[in-house]
Order: sequence, then structure tokens, then C-alpha cells
Amino acid sequence: MSLNYNNPEFVIERDQDKCIECRVCARQCANEAHFYDEDLERMREEDINCVNCHRCVTLCPTNALVIKEYPLEYKKNSNWTGGMISNIQKQANTGGILLTGMGNPTDKKIYWDHILLNASQVTNPSIDPLREPMELKTILGRKPDKVEFDEEGKVKDLPPQLELETPIMFGAMSFGSISINACKSLAQAANEMGMMYNTGEGGLHEDLYPYKDRTIVQVASGRFGVHQEYLNAGAAIEIKIGQGAKPGIGGHLPGEKVGEEVSKTRMIPKGTDAISPAPHHDIYSIEDLRQLIYALKEATNYEKPVSVKIAAVHNVAAIASGIASAGADIIAIDGYRGGTGAAPTMIRDNVGIPIELALAAVDSRLREQSLRNKVSLVVSGSIRNSADIVKAVALGADAVYVASAALIALGCHMCQKCYTGKCNWGIATQNPELVKRLNPEIGVERVKNLIEGWSHEIKEILGGMGINALESLRGNRLMLRGIDLTEKELEILGIKHAGE
Amino acid sequence: MRGSRPTEKIMSGCAISGILNRRGKRFSGKEIMDSIALMHDRSNGLGGGFAAYGIYPDHKDEYAIHMFYDDLEAKEKVDYFLNRHFVILVSEKIPTREVEAINNPPIIWRYFVRPDERKLSESGLEEDEYVAQSVMNINANYRGAFVVSSGKNMGVFKGVGYPEDIGEFYKLEEYEAYLWTAHGRFPTNTPGWWGGAHPFTLLDWSIVHNGEISSYGANKRYLEMFDYKCTMQTDTEAITYLFDLMLRKHNLPLEVAVKAVAAPLWSEVERMDDEEAKLVKSIRAVYGSALLNGPFSIILGHKDGFLALNDRIKLRPLVVAEDEERTYVASEEAAIREICSKPEKLWSPRGGEPVIGLLEGRSGV
Repeated sequence: MSLNYNNPEFVIERDQDKCIECRVCARQCANEAHFYDEDLERMREEDINCVNCHRCVTLCPTNALVIKEYPLEYKKNSNWTGGMISNIQKQANTGGILLTGMGNPTDKKIYWDHILLNASQVTNPSIDPLREPMELKTILGRKPDKVEFDEEGKVKDLPPQLELETPIMFGAMSFGSISINACKSLAQAANEMGMMYNTGEGGLHEDLYPYKDRTIVQVASGRFGVHQEYLNAGAAIEIKIGQGAKPGIGGHLPGEKVGEEVSKTRMIPKGTDAISPAPHHDIYSIEDLRQLIYALKEATNYEKPVSVKIAAVHNVAAIASGIASAGADIIAIDGYRGGTGAAPTMIRDNVGIPIELALAAVDSRLREQSLRNKVSLVVSGSIRNSADIVKAVALGADAVYVASAALIALGCHMCQKCYTGKCNWGIATQNPELVKRLNPEIGVERVKNLIEGWSHEIKEILGGMGINALESLRGNRLMLRGIDLTEKELEILGIKHAGE
Repeated sequence: MRGSRPTEKIMSGCAISGILNRRGKRFSGKEIMDSIALMHDRSNGLGGGFAAYGIYPDHKDEYAIHMFYDDLEAKEKVDYFLNRHFVILVSEKIPTREVEAINNPPIIWRYFVRPDERKLSESGLEEDEYVAQSVMNINANYRGAFVVSSGKNMGVFKGVGYPEDIGEFYKLEEYEAYLWTAHGRFPTNTPGWWGGAHPFTLLDWSIVHNGEISSYGANKRYLEMFDYKCTMQTDTEAITYLFDLMLRKHNLPLEVAVKAVAAPLWSEVERMDDEEAKLVKSIRAVYGSALLNGPFSIILGHKDGFLALNDRIKLRPLVVAEDEERTYVASEEAAIREICSKPEKLWSPRGGEPVIGLLEGRSGV
């Protein structure tokens, strides 16, 4: 075997004066970046193993640790960057596909940051959410064009709807890709906050059944864990066609992550790889999708809204319009910055389009075709803060999915190594020793705090605009202005430039 | 000074007033002019107007089309359009008098028309919808032409100036109506445009409105899905179309439409009985985009009466009074006392609580 040409990504700096050799870093690091050198009688480090997850830094009782980018620089080259070179060396070593985790980190334009919000001055009073009611309740599902009354003058039932207390849901993350403690934290937080969480393609672990009224159960191409009881357990069903981080390809949960519990929940043998194919075996066209939508509605007695999740790709507007007319109650669109437990790097970083542009295009298209009011629109990938949510709603979204942000609340430090199964924070792992590091009771509180904080901020922003109900912001693009955007970008977003 | 149609949204504050004789007795425009004149300081001379119901008894079965034209060329084009789609029974200048404060008015015209029978049946539309589409077509596609009102046995008289001057200009004391509404305008950033004054109308509906709707962008895009074109850049136009959509096209009872535009707070819904809660929730789910947000008080006029309504947290004033035959509504109590010094009842409706004034024998607007 030839020499490994790869250099460490990070360097661990240990202040030997501060270090008390308690070895907590060594015990905490699943990547084995720290070890005690018996000969030298001190802690040492294996820099090349470090993923910069900050677990050791956070737990070091004497603040003796600092992690830095490895200072070795390649000769300056804008084309052949260090990252490009080390990727080639990795592949030359293994012959494999480059793998990665979490969302696209590349330096492309983030449209949220080029959109500014409005506020009232004089002609229209701003509303103080501390003194006045401020309503974020969001109702997702298919709506008729008008309310209808029966012969006795009583209002007729609407199709099934989901009621959210805030326009936020936890995006699909499967048990398998994340730990049971992470799943419990999200499910219980969703339950207590009046939100929804999404099972992803992992089936529904029996410990999560108590939260079923706040569960969206997913049906994806692998159909893992899908059975009659599962479909009826959730409040809604989501057909996953695609994911922003890896449009057009399937998923792969390595056998090492398929332990006893995952095996039971997914209904596959222990230790086998769980491979979700790229397409659904029974969906090769929009009419096939329609059949699956109605098969699921039949199986659940038309009592659950059915969502269809797609990745934001070039012709997303036409696809969304097709999905709306195929009978979906909710369309979920995941942008190219959306997170993932594992994706080929080249696909994550190069396939798909930004959610901001996709959302604007879809909302406009559905309006042109008078379909927008019939179907709900949920967007994700990536929503980083409450201002992103306000901008998404003003562009036309009914609600958003957040996933990466929720994991960060649980302790994720964005090291992007979810696919290794060695998550030191107990999130993206099935190793029982690591899983138990995440205390779901604390997890619930942290996630709830995040949603509460964001909801407060949304209320403040709405009040500033002189709006006291989220509906009045939905699709209200007059509340948005662009900055540093071209005519074309403004046209697609359907907003004016700042100063106009 | 007649101004041009604005390209960005207009913000304005205002005064509104309305008088209904519930027995349908007609009375001169003098009183409504006195009432709105009292609130002079709520306007800035950049817009005033009146809607009057019952003024054309001799033509009560024909659509009365009031028009503004910038020039004769615009008029010729619209004449051609109207001639192709309607039978024109009367085409005349609306009488006005010289008033010092009123400058450079457009050509002000009215027609009494009936839809052309053959065109109407070919279109497959109801008569009202045929007229509504024609009105929106003129407003969107004919430069220099603007439809001021298009209902039967009613008309709108408006322009750039203080409302009392506009009333004098149009000789409103010579008209008799059973329902009058009036508006004095305080736009903040535009030179007055004659078409931009209130009331706004479509068919029999007229709206005078005080306030600014922060939900305008959402309301406008919602309406576009139902083929309404909001071309005036004002909240009031959007409000008019919302009511037209819900009341005429969707055939909803007025109380339901009110619960859409001024939806009860969710905290109130929690205290409702199951049946009412279900109704309110359904309305909110379906018509969430019709919710009017931000400060407003409006008077929606109709041939059968009026609806007066505040935003749900009452950010604009609205006072109502009644005496034996009449119902009064205005931005200020003083504007009512000016013409009815001792009403039998006088009150301030709560936010979101509709006040419905009806002609006797009519069950709903």
C-alpha cells in the first residue's frame, strides 16, 4: 500500500500547563484523536483523526484544548484548492465515492441574506406583541376554493388539516440516521410546542407512538417500516421523492448502524445495509404518483393529509404544479443546502437549486394556475434563523421544515461527519455508548427553547410590519426588498430592489 | 393636477361617514356633505368622494357607468368598447359647477347601459359578471380611462379636493339617495389622482375606507387567482374585490365574509361552542389570505344597506348612531352630531364587530 498522501484537516493544540491528564478527551473522542502516552506520561493527539466536533473542547475541565485548521497550506491556487487536491488523494487511496454529511457548505450566494424586511412607520402603526395578540397558528392541508354549507346551513367538513401553533416543523430524519434519543427529543418537543416532526424513512419506533398526533410518517423508496399501523399512527403521511442534499439518488444506511432496534423498526435483518433506491419502484410518472397518493389515502380512510416531498431542481415549478393536481395536500420542497446524514459530496455540492428561488417560482406558478390556495407549501434547506422563516413565508411558504438547526440545538457542531456513525454528541450514531450522551429530557428543553425563541422573534418582526396574523404575511412579497441582486434574480423572487 | 395612475402602493389616512334611511326614503346630499366637512382636518385636499344609492329611479334597471377620461381619445376608445358590448341608452356629461378649489378635472361622463343580449349569451356569463369583467378590462387596458362606478341606481362622485368642495362641484345637494357614504382622504405620498379617490366600486358594491392594510400584498395576490386585477395600487380596491369574491362569486352570507376579513382571534375561538368554532376555523383555513390586517375602518355600501367594520384590534376610529329612521356611521362622533344632534343610540363598535344597516324588509347585504 502506498503512502497516505492526506494531511490532517485540523490540529489539536493542548496547553500542557493546563492539562491535568484527566483523560476526558480521550474517553469522549470516538475518533480516537486523543490518547495518553504512557512513556511520556502525558496526553497526546492524533491530529489526522480529529473532525473538529468540539466535544473534547467543550468537556475539557481546564480549557486546555484548542482546535485549529491545520496550518499547512498548499501553494496558492484558486483553481486547485486544498480541498480539491485532498479529495483526489482520498479517491486515489480508495477508489470510492466521496461521502459527506450535513448541508452544502460551498461559497454560493445565500439569497436569504440578500432579502430585507419591511417595518411600519407613522401611516400604519406597528403592533407590540407584548401587548396585543399575535397569531402564528398555521393550518396545513388541502383547502377548497370556498367554504360550503349543507342544507341545514352548517359548514361542511374540510379535508383533513394539520394545525401548527407556529409555522415550523422538524424535517425528516430517520431513526437510523439519528439516534433514538435525538428522535425522542424532537418528537416530544413537537408534541409540547404544537408542531410536527417527521419520521424520515426510518419507520416509527415504538417509544415514539405516544407522540403520534404530532408525527408525519414518511413513505420513501425503500418503504422501510411501512405497514398499516404505521400509516395510521401519524397525523399525516409524506411521500419522499427527493431530498435537497441528494436530488435524484437514493439513500444508504450502512449495516453497522442497523442494530437490534433499527432492524425491528425498519423491518430488515440486523446488520444489513438499508438501501433506498433512487426512484420508487412504483413511481415512474406523475400518474403513478397520483396512484400512490390515493393508495395511501385509501389505506388511511382519507383522514390524513398526504404530503409529497421533492428536491428543488431546475423545473421544480412545473413538477410542483403536477403534484398539486395529482392530489397532494401538502408539497414540501427541499433546497440544495438541505442537510443529510450521508450524501455523495459531488451531488450535495452541485445538484439542485436554492430554496429561495425554487419557493418563489413554485408559489408564482401555483398562483398562475389558481392552485396555490388548494395546496400547502412547506420549504426547507436551509432555514437558519427566524428571519429566514419570515422571508420564506413572505415569498409564499405556509411553513418550514427545520432539521439542521434542531440538531445544532441538541449539540451538533456541524463537523459534517454524520455518515461515520461516530457522532460524539450522541445524535448521528447508533453506538449505545455515544447515544446515551444525549439526554432526551435536556434535548427536549433545548429544542423547545429554540422554537420558542424563534417564534418570539417572528412575532416581533410581524408586529413591526403592522401584521398580527401570519396569514397576512403569506405570499406578501411587498414586505420584501432585494439587495445586491440582478434584475433577473429580482424577477424570479418577485420582489423589488431596496429603494424602490 | 388630474394626476396619473400611481405605480407604487399609496398610503393614506382618512375620514369616513355614512347615512342610511332604513325605510328607503331618499334625501339630499346636503347632510352627508355637512357631516364629512366637519372632519376637514382628517383630509388634506387630495381626495374626496361620495357614493349615493337610489339616485337614478328612472334608470333603475340599467347599469349606471360613471367614467373619468383624461382626453377625448380615451373616451372614443371606451365608447367603441361599450358600443360593442352594451346597448347604451343614455350617454351624457355629469353636471358640475365651477368651484375655485377644484382644478383641472378629467372629462366626467356617465352612461346608462344594458349588456348586449347576443354578446351576453355568447359569453355564457351572468349579467353581473359580464359587467364586472368589462369594468376590469377598461381599468386594466384602456389608458386614460377609469370606471368610477358601475352599479344600478347608484353612482359615485369623487375627485381631487376636500370632500365638501367635491360635493359642491358635483351639485350633490340636487341628488336624492336613501344611502350616502362619503370619504375625505389624506394620502401621504402621491399627488392626487382623480381615480384614486374613494369610494371604490364594483357593480353595486362601494367602499370607503380609513386606514392602511398591511396585508395588501397577500390580499392582492390571492385575488389574482380569481382573476381580479388590482391596478389602482390601493387597499380599498382590494377590499372591494374581496367582498365581491366572497359575497357575489362565492355566495357567502355577509356574516361569514366578515369573519374572513376580520377573523376572530384564535383565543376567542377557543371559547366558542363547537359548531361556531368549526365554522370560524373553516373560514380562517380557506380564506386566510382574505384577512385584512392593519388599521382600518370601512363602510361597504350596497343597494340593500351597508356594513361598517373595524379591524379586529380597532386601530382606527368608528362610531355608529341610530334614530327613528336612520343609521349613521362616521370616523368621529362629532360628524354624526353635526347632522343628528340627539340620536336615540350612539356607540363605538368593538374591533372586528360588524355593524350592519339594512333597508327594512331586507334580510342581508
